[in-house]
Amino acid sequence: MTATDLPFPGLHSGIEGVPTLDGAQTAREYTSDQEVRWCPGCGDYAILKAVQSFLPDLGLRRENIVFISGIGCSSRFPYYLDTYGMHSIHGRAPAIATGIATAREDLSVWVITGDGDALSIGGNHLIHALRRNVNLNILLFNNRIYGLTKGQYSPTSEPGKVTKSTPMGSVDYPFNPISLALGAEGTFVARTVDSDRKHLTAVLSAAAAHRGTSLVEIYQNCPIFNDGAFDAIKGPGSEDALIRLVQGEPIRFGADGAKGLIRDHATGGVKIAEVAEVGEGALLVHDAHSPDPSTAFAISRLTDAGHLHQAPVGIFRQVERPTYDDQARAQVHHAEAAADGTRAERLAALIGGGDTWTVA
Amino acid sequence: MTKQVKQLDRVIIRFAGDSGDGMQLTGDRFTHESASFGNDLSTLPNFPAEIRAPQGTLPGVSSFQVHFADHDILTPGDAPNVLVAMNPAALRANLPDVPKGATIIVDTADFTARNLTKAGYSDNPLDDDSLDAFAVHALDLTGMTIEAVKEFGLTRKDASRAKNMFALGLLSWMYGRPVDSTLRFLESRFARVPEIRDANLAAFKAGWNFGETTEAFAVSYQINPAPMAAGNYRNITGNLALAYGLVAGGVQAGLPVFLGSYPITPASDILHELSKHKSFGVTTFQAEDEIAGIGAALGASFAGSLGVTTTSGPGLALKSETIGLAVMTELPLIVIDVQRGGPSTGLPTKTEQADLLQAMFGRNGEAPVPVIAPQSPGDCFDAAVEASRIAVTYRTPVLLLSDGYLANGSEPWRIPEVGELSAIDPDFATETNTTVSGKADGEQVAAFWPYLRDPDTLARPWAVPGTAGLEHRIGGLEKADGHGNISYDPANHDLMVRLRSAKVERIADGYAPTEVYDPSGRAKVLVVGWGSTYGPIGVACRRVRRAGYDVAQLHLRHLNPLPTDLGDILRRYDRVLVPEMNLGQLSMLLRARYLIDAVGYNSVRGLPLQSAELVDAIGALLTEIEGAEVDLSPERTARRSHTEEVGS
Repeated sequence: MTATDLPFPGLHSGIEGVPTLDGAQTAREYTSDQEVRWCPGCGDYAILKAVQSFLPDLGLRRENIVFISGIGCSSRFPYYLDTYGMHSIHGRAPAIATGIATAREDLSVWVITGDGDALSIGGNHLIHALRRNVNLNILLFNNRIYGLTKGQYSPTSEPGKVTKSTPMGSVDYPFNPISLALGAEGTFVARTVDSDRKHLTAVLSAAAAHRGTSLVEIYQNCPIFNDGAFDAIKGPGSEDALIRLVQGEPIRFGADGAKGLIRDHATGGVKIAEVAEVGEGALLVHDAHSPDPSTAFAISRLTDAGHLHQAPVGIFRQVERPTYDDQARAQVHHAEAAADGTRAERLAALIGGGDTWTVA
Repeated sequence: MTKQVKQLDRVIIRFAGDSGDGMQLTGDRFTHESASFGNDLSTLPNFPAEIRAPQGTLPGVSSFQVHFADHDILTPGDAPNVLVAMNPAALRANLPDVPKGATIIVDTADFTARNLTKAGYSDNPLDDDSLDAFAVHALDLTGMTIEAVKEFGLTRKDASRAKNMFALGLLSWMYGRPVDSTLRFLESRFARVPEIRDANLAAFKAGWNFGETTEAFAVSYQINPAPMAAGNYRNITGNLALAYGLVAGGVQAGLPVFLGSYPITPASDILHELSKHKSFGVTTFQAEDEIAGIGAALGASFAGSLGVTTTSGPGLALKSETIGLAVMTELPLIVIDVQRGGPSTGLPTKTEQADLLQAMFGRNGEAPVPVIAPQSPGDCFDAAVEASRIAVTYRTPVLLLSDGYLANGSEPWRIPEVGELSAIDPDFATETNTTVSGKADGEQVAAFWPYLRDPDTLARPWAVPGTAGLEHRIGGLEKADGHGNISYDPANHDLMVRLRSAKVERIADGYAPTEVYDPSGRAKVLVVGWGSTYGPIGVACRRVRRAGYDVAQLHLRHLNPLPTDLGDILRRYDRVLVPEMNLGQLSMLLRARYLIDAVGYNSVRGLPLQSAELVDAIGALLTEIEGAEVDLSPERTARRSHTEEVGS
């Protein structure tokens, strides 16, 4: 077998090629006429509001934005946005979005999915979208429970969780979505929280700007079936639990920044230390742009697999790699540019090729 | 030495050997030579699913049958007149199909004790009387090949690999084939390895010369070109014709083609072929699985491409849910199922037509999908263009049912003029299509309703992303008629189920009248088929007519919706016979739909139907109707020809 060097198409922004609009847009323009029907108190409301207010800032033509979802509570999202959209079938949104993004360079394509949709029934499509680096933004609403089917454990639920389908406690070990995405060759991997509008918006803006697959895990509270799952990292006292990752800065957290991350030379990973004990100079400086994902993976492991007591948030990894769709289109464009004549003429030449003979 | 040349009207040759012996290539070259000579022809490759089954064993036998004639033929033939067997296993595996009196050419080099045992022979059949009923030519093809190529300094093993070209050269002499195309082929195929190229050319010429000089073959044969309609021709397989038809569908519709596919036998060649035609705006996406293949294709359709997915039976099962989504979202999509033996993994390299009911009904809910089937390898082109037309015009997924025989079988194909192909109008929505009440009293504002239908076709508008003012959301949940928002209203659901059904039924309005071939107009028995059984059914009907009886033939292109005139036609006949390579799937549909007593003829052997058996099935119905014995013996059904050969 032979391999060939592929040209790098040279596009660097996630929205390059998407038509823009002069003049301001408003969140209202992005709001459809459909009544929003999530449960009162659902974290999805906050995410919807954040997305409706952030989209106008992209300055794109609204008709060139497409939202694709799978099945689950979060997957109702596209109905509430006045863009193009498809509420598809369970787990398949990344596959459908791959077709859209590959067929059309001029669209900004968003996938809305949940922990069951993306990691259980659709796990295969998620990892392959990530490894291909299709120019998509995947927003994974993680509430660590099945909501729409009324309360079974999900592939991110903690072991031992008692649910309708696990009355004696779940014996399933969960996925860490960030670790999974990094292992699947993700080029943009981030986590944010439904209740932190400012952080959420900043991460979404960075995701939109990234060319390739952006995976944004959004911790989202389900007030009905898993209320309080993320309380440890929200509100008062959360400073000791929430590890904020900021590009180029030492990773510090806790009251007065008393804690920080340092290298753990014994394991090759990272660990939490008291800054007073190790000194500021020993702190790990966050570098999401590192070509080697090992440190990002190590940081992702600080997330609890069981009940959530601490979690890093922010952009774990953000690197450039040619996207599947740019390269696939480049091959088509190159072949089209190299061909002579009209399509009809070339079709006649194609079907009339090979060994032919004429009967008079 | 001047040799006698004997005129024949048709010959069936089967090349058989080990999987590694190059029998597919040999058959393919012989086919090209025959095609360029102007014979009508039909081919049947038959190979194991294993890439390299253990050498010399029965499971490792690969064969290629080619039927060529001076007249119009329809099938690769039931029984070979000539068997070329390159080893004991090839002889043993194919002998049951060879009629007495036929010619068998055997390469003796492989008839060693070890290989005989591997093939299950306790004694060498070349040494006893077991082959006395055949004209056997036991020749050391391998030894002669090695001798012929010794000047090129190849190892014995490499030298012996050219034996298939020696055999091809010999057969090409026997049947007076033009050899230029094979010489050209070998020159380019092995251009980079000069000694292998020269060895193959030498072996091929040595085989030809051996035939011309040896006393073992006293006669060569001539099969004149067949009369064919005027035009340019090429030999084509079904998979190649399907790929070309999809390119043509995209060109005619002015749409980019997007193929989302996962490799599966026997459909992968369509993916391979389309991946070469990017210059037509064709994008091929090799997906992570069958579901992603169709998902990406549907996504591309939503974005304004002609979405296509290609698969075989097990893959179709995986695609069911997405086909349902395409029914609900009413987007164009072409789903190609190259059927193979089932259920489950079944017989991956063998043919069958047992996915009809899966295509018709294999989805949850009332999910009607148009189903069409090509009837011959070349017809796959027209079927693909027709699938494109229906998908785009009616905004619907279309299932195209090919099969393993059509996929790999070949026939001469009259190359159509591009100007003859009808244009397909995607008719994208560009403007709002209704008005709704605004906020102010009596105010009307323009709006776009994605489920407001065309009154003729009942198709909904296709508004692609990027079209300002037509932003809308679609999905798998039930839509309200017209505006398309989610609706749980009972009456609306009932209406939408009926509308989706009625839309598919409307497709039949565009069919040409159904053709029935009933030359005398007096037939009481009608044979109805679909798909690749067209050839065997046609041959069987010809034979019955030659014996002086009447029989009518009708072959269905459209399985769903069925033609509106079909019911009346079926009721005109006393008996309806439905031959199928399944246990009676079309006959079940016809019986249910038309309340007629259709009789099945069913054979599920992984091979095309045998015309001889079909003649008997037709004969049984004729006997029943006539109330007297019907004589359809081979002597009476044979083709009246100028030779003593039994014709088709």
